[in-house]
Amino acid sequence: MTATIRETAATAAGARALSAARAAISTVTDPEIPVLTLDDLGVIRRVEVAADGAIEVDITPTYSGCPAMAAMALDLRAALAGAGFADARIRTVLVPAWTTDWMSAEGRRKLAQYGIAPPAAKASRRALFGAEDPLACPRCGSSRTSKIGEFGSTACKALWRCETCLEPFDAFKCI
Amino acid sequence: MSEPRFILALRLADNALVLGHRLSEWSGRAPTLEEDIALSNLALDLIGQARMLYVHAGELEGAGRGEDDFAYLRDDRDYRNVLLVEQPNGDFAATMVRHLIYAAHAHPFMQALMRSTDGTLAAIAAKAEKEMAYHLRHASEWVIRLGDGTQESRRRAQAALDDLMPYADELFATDAGDLALIAAGIAPDPADVRPAFDRTLDHVLAEATLAAPRRGHGQSGGRDGIHSEHLSRLLAEMQSLHRAHPGATW
Repeated sequence: MTATIRETAATAAGARALSAARAAISTVTDPEIPVLTLDDLGVIRRVEVAADGAIEVDITPTYSGCPAMAAMALDLRAALAGAGFADARIRTVLVPAWTTDWMSAEGRRKLAQYGIAPPAAKASRRALFGAEDPLACPRCGSSRTSKIGEFGSTACKALWRCETCLEPFDAFKCI
Repeated sequence: MSEPRFILALRLADNALVLGHRLSEWSGRAPTLEEDIALSNLALDLIGQARMLYVHAGELEGAGRGEDDFAYLRDDRDYRNVLLVEQPNGDFAATMVRHLIYAAHAHPFMQALMRSTDGTLAAIAAKAEKEMAYHLRHASEWVIRLGDGTQESRRRAQAALDDLMPYADELFATDAGDLALIAAGIAPDPADVRPAFDRTLDHVLAEATLAAPRRGHGQSGGRDGIHSEHLSRLLAEMQSLHRAHPGATW
């Protein structure tokens, strides 16, 4: 979870509600990468108890066309309803634009363990036609790897291959 | 300023939707599995951008129209996309050359749009800019490989370039509404985008050993709703379900 996330509740009852909502939200995972929670991914931008007592959650899309966003909003709504917040409001915000820098260290560790090479620690903006640094293979750790395709099984991933263990692997794109 | 701003959002959305739909026509029939996935991803990015832009256009218009109204319930004359994006996919070289031309413009255009005084356009541009960098790299790599490839791939890439370059100029066209938006800091000045576009094409075509077609009279009209027959056919397919079953959801 990054430091930029806003969580506010004005009253003691509000604070209790907020912490219960937070706990419910922390159980929601990415529908396409089930080892990552939405917190790990960095898409939860704000959790607040509104004046009318409803929980408000701001999420931000990873990619403009990410089909998982609708599922994430549904899953959030279901998790909050399960925790007694039937009238939660889930809002999509575009500013600031999501970056892989917001992925937690824990998220990066879980990704690698799951077999997906995590994004580089700092979203270094590649020169448009520059060479790309090799990624470490999430299976054997070798850095003798090469990219097969700029686009992988989901919008956020590219397809790579390890020249040492010869296994293909997904890599989280760095944006 | 609301009318020109609505038209700007609509034009950008229509460009993204029409090209996104074109690319989706490759799904399941691209030359390789990796490329099939790549083309579907490119389509998804563009359709995602279109959705955000339609929502914004609807807010600017203030008539209660949403993304589906714009996508499914307008005829070709109401579409404001440039002619480039409605051109048929042709062979794989034509699809990649069309995408190179589009992305070589869209990437610097979106970078410039990030400074728009319209906060929503700037926010959409901040997402789109990152995506278009990937699109540009992907299309460039393919055009280089095809141009500097076999005799056959080179012939097809050059033919695609000769066919499609006349559509490039429309990407930089302006009308009175655009000029007002540029003056207000809402839209980027195409003159500021052109040098980056030219540099990219010079670089890629040199690497691809392809000859840049001579600059001649450009094809235009799409921005004002004057389209080729290709768009009508595209819309007929894209809108058929919604027109047969109005309001259908799934």
